[in-house]
Amino acid sequence: MNLTLKIWRQQNHADKGGFRTYSITGISEDMSFLEMLDVLNEELTEKGEDPVHFDHDCREGICGTCSLFINGRPHGPKQTTTCQLHMRSFSDGDTITIEPWRAKSFPVLKDLMVDRGAFDRIIQAGGYVSVNTGGVPDANEIPIPKVIADEAFDAATCIACGACVAACKNASAMLFVSAKISQLALLPQGQVERRERAEKMIAQMDAEGFGACSNTGACSAECPKGIKQSNIARMNREYYAASVVTENV
Amino acid sequence: MKLDAKIPSGPLAEKWTKHKFNVKLVNPANKRKYEIIVVGTGLAGASAAASLAELGYNVKAFCFQDSPRRAHSIAAQGGINAAKNYQNDGDSIFRLFYDTIKGGDYRSREANVYRLAEVSVDIIDQCVAQGVPFAREYGGLLANRSFGGAQVSRTFYARGQTGQQLLLGAYSALSRQVANGKVKLYPRTEMMDLVLVDGKARGIVTRNLITGAIESHSGHAVLLCTGGYGNVFFLSTNAMGSNVTAAWRAHKKGAFFSNPCYTQIHPTCIPVSGDHQSKLTLMSESLRNDGRVWVPKTIEMAEKLRKKQIKPQDIKDEDRDYYLETKYPSFGNLVPRDVASRNAKYVCDEGRGVNETGEAVYLDFRDAILRDGEDLVRSKYGNLFDMYQQITGENPYKTPMMIYPAVHYTMGGLWVDYNLMTTVPGLYALGEANFSDHGANRLGASALMQGLADGYFVIPYTVGDYLANLSNEKVPVDHPEFKKSENEVKERIQKLLSINGTKSVDYYHKKLGKIVWNYCGMARTADGLIKAKAMIKELKAEFWSNVKILGTGEELNQTLEKAHRVADFIELGELMMDDALNRNESCGGHFREEYQTPEGEALRDDENYAYVASWEYKGEGVEEVLHKEELVFENVKLTQRSYK
Amino acid sequence: MSWVTKTLDSTLGRKLLMALTGLFLILFLVVHLAGNLQLLAGDGGDAFNVYAEGMAVNPLIRAVSILNFSFIALHVIYAILLSRHNKKARPVAYAVTNPSANSTWASRNMGILGTVIFIFILVHLRGFWYRLKFGTPEKVMIDGVEYKNAYIIVEEAFKNPIYSGFYVLSMIFLAFHLYHGFASAFQTVGLRHKKYTPLIQKVGIGFAILVPALFALIPIVMYIQSL
Repeated sequence: MNLTLKIWRQQNHADKGGFRTYSITGISEDMSFLEMLDVLNEELTEKGEDPVHFDHDCREGICGTCSLFINGRPHGPKQTTTCQLHMRSFSDGDTITIEPWRAKSFPVLKDLMVDRGAFDRIIQAGGYVSVNTGGVPDANEIPIPKVIADEAFDAATCIACGACVAACKNASAMLFVSAKISQLALLPQGQVERRERAEKMIAQMDAEGFGACSNTGACSAECPKGIKQSNIARMNREYYAASVVTENV
Repeated sequence: MKLDAKIPSGPLAEKWTKHKFNVKLVNPANKRKYEIIVVGTGLAGASAAASLAELGYNVKAFCFQDSPRRAHSIAAQGGINAAKNYQNDGDSIFRLFYDTIKGGDYRSREANVYRLAEVSVDIIDQCVAQGVPFAREYGGLLANRSFGGAQVSRTFYARGQTGQQLLLGAYSALSRQVANGKVKLYPRTEMMDLVLVDGKARGIVTRNLITGAIESHSGHAVLLCTGGYGNVFFLSTNAMGSNVTAAWRAHKKGAFFSNPCYTQIHPTCIPVSGDHQSKLTLMSESLRNDGRVWVPKTIEMAEKLRKKQIKPQDIKDEDRDYYLETKYPSFGNLVPRDVASRNAKYVCDEGRGVNETGEAVYLDFRDAILRDGEDLVRSKYGNLFDMYQQITGENPYKTPMMIYPAVHYTMGGLWVDYNLMTTVPGLYALGEANFSDHGANRLGASALMQGLADGYFVIPYTVGDYLANLSNEKVPVDHPEFKKSENEVKERIQKLLSINGTKSVDYYHKKLGKIVWNYCGMARTADGLIKAKAMIKELKAEFWSNVKILGTGEELNQTLEKAHRVADFIELGELMMDDALNRNESCGGHFREEYQTPEGEALRDDENYAYVASWEYKGEGVEEVLHKEELVFENVKLTQRSYK
Repeated sequence: MSWVTKTLDSTLGRKLLMALTGLFLILFLVVHLAGNLQLLAGDGGDAFNVYAEGMAVNPLIRAVSILNFSFIALHVIYAILLSRHNKKARPVAYAVTNPSANSTWASRNMGILGTVIFIFILVHLRGFWYRLKFGTPEKVMIDGVEYKNAYIIVEEAFKNPIYSGFYVLSMIFLAFHLYHGFASAFQTVGLRHKKYTPLIQKVGIGFAILVPALFALIPIVMYIQSL
């Protein structure tokens, strides 16, 4: 198939950037979206033009590196990661607009690449159970009801790709933050630091400059891992309870 | 140089305990005076960085990804083994040890493997304490499954995303230490060189992938946790960024590289669909628990399938060849990876492959669906089936899956002793980056185990033994050795950029991949290896005279990043041929066609090749020198692996 | 009390205030509707006038009404604060968006809906509440007691088709605001449960249709009666 690509090009963070239009021919529908861009980059290199920079790594939908806002939606028309999006989701003659994630907290580095370090800093603020290596109880000493374990797992499958932030009209990171808070709030291992964790992670989220939640559900609808909005409700509960209960004045 | 593995004396089961007592300790107050550099933040790197920081060392952790959480350990699907014997089915540390040694076709070190089996139980405890959501039974206790042909259920798992959950556990421990100020993170930073001062590893030179800045980092020890080199094949299940560069630069600075020809070809991957393909996707091995592997009995029928004149579901049972079940009645579809892969190759070489390229076999769930119902099959494999459908556009509930082997893991790597130290003092290699525990073939669910064993439970002890004898004085980064390395790196970048040829980096990578796959893939011959080596030499010369890299070194430049990696892969490819040619036997993932039993099984030569082949770099254009570490087996009897 | 301001000033805290004030205003709508429906009692406005007077003199109702006004103000102020914050979170907009693929129009446009409703409230207060409270309304005798004739004011007002039309239109905006706001408020305060949330969502949709529809019915009926 033949396609027209409108791609955001930006030399570096300081550069203003703008769209460039490319046409590309002979694309197979078995190609992944990123392989289509590989083909474009090979052609650009041949012509002596700087290839389009985009983030990608595992190309099997689990590392969360790939991003891209494709025709107005994060990761394109399917609820999956861009690397798992295949060209059979498009038709011959389509024009595809490709933009980077847009959020104050995700500054553009180059072309379609953004810096998602804010997510790491939020986890560093408290997204863990404070246990050192060694000296822990036997794994089966902590029985966990299967339903709870499954629900914690569902929250834990977040890949931190940032599609939730990209999809949200407010560039809110609530789904990401709530997934981690939920996972650890559900599990017995997370109880000890439960309150403090919620307070610290949300303080960090706010400090990073993410927007607030309008409960539009766009985050969850676009999440490649289907993280549920119920996590946000749980996070809210955790936070309010933490504010009232903890003795941090 | 004589390779000394420093294996502690005494009975197998007591070696590690004894060794832990004998290693020197660093006084808690002194630990903060030492700086440890950890390159790579996968299971091995993140667990090591976190554990060392917890002990009080200062750690600098580097990764080329934008976040440590994205290291490729995240993609492991199936599970992690541990000799917990929670299922009361006869598992034990010794059985896990034995299975791993046998699975590795008797080419790994007994003491290392035993230690791995020993600490495996601690890993599960550690991960659960961190909040890793392993699968559970209704009673609330941990669930297990049998995996990769094991006769016991010892695999712990988190649906099909075990690697992800374990990595996020290690990442959370790492993040905690970042918050504590004990770990300094350097994401989007690639190691370009190892710096030796007075023969000891004392730091690294890195490139900041955003700004292009070349920087030096000094430390008292350097840990390479940089994963495997499967991308030498271009197409593999590795991530696009996975590379050998850190290990290779260390190799060129004196670290021996062992058994590079031991590569694992995983039998259940989605077949290649065309030239545009950039990577291969693994379908978990667990699918072989219920799926049946087959091809049509005749070439004619296969041709019709390839031309889509008939559908696989229309082929009658008597016309199907369930070749694994026929050939290996007792293990059937569950034979180890190397055996399953090789047999897929055989039937496709005979012309019985079933997709357009002729390189695919069926993995059929028809009988499982008839027996258990679609719902049960969906509950077990739903996410894998969805993934398959996503990629191929075909519904595996209705039509059999097509699979073909793909490069998945590399057993070879930097030589390390029992302490995980390479031949360079102060330089350690952990996880897939070292050669140590899997011999010639890795069993399923063992890679996660090894990465975490090395990082959580081995290196925290052994690195102290080295540091206790080392002054805590720091080498300043303006030391001439650092400056020298920085200049070499800069020159190399300049050299790459100045070639300004006509072919892209990917062009060379694909060419290299084809050579290595064709001649050093599932089956190898002496003639082929000699030929391939010449081809790679030629490719190397062409690469360095005709590669085209746009942009500069002082900016974000993904092509330049790739060029460095491909240049190193080319050199590694050459060494792989040497290694495969040297090993005149078949074992595990290394199958030399000249050495097989009459039934076509791998034929080992224990008398002459029960050694670790370790290669020493001798300089540009000079043949590498082989050093042998003889493998001594005191606790297992070497037998022909049989899965009949 | 620093922790209170700290909590309420966080994104979550601000949302909590929006949700709680919103939930209160939802309750208020029910009470207000119950009273207003007396306009349609067909008794020449007696019941309504008695009710209106009762609302004006009962000290408890007066206290609640002050609370109500301050909650409207809080709801508006925090909406502005949050909108400004949210706007800053995405300084560069996308060139192409396809939001209908992942969310409802109402959920994305609560600010616009709210603004219209706020204008409506001002007009509404000016037209009725202000005239009743600070103007010189006619008096009417019901069962020997003198009341302000609120009914006449309403009757007069809804004779005007533009005025009535504006009311009906505003109620459509209110309906969309409630369509998202009702369930959203529960989500924000953290009340989400596999068993009850589907019910809350259904009740929310029912509420969003029924309550504005009944409110809108009043000007429609009164306008028709005036013809």
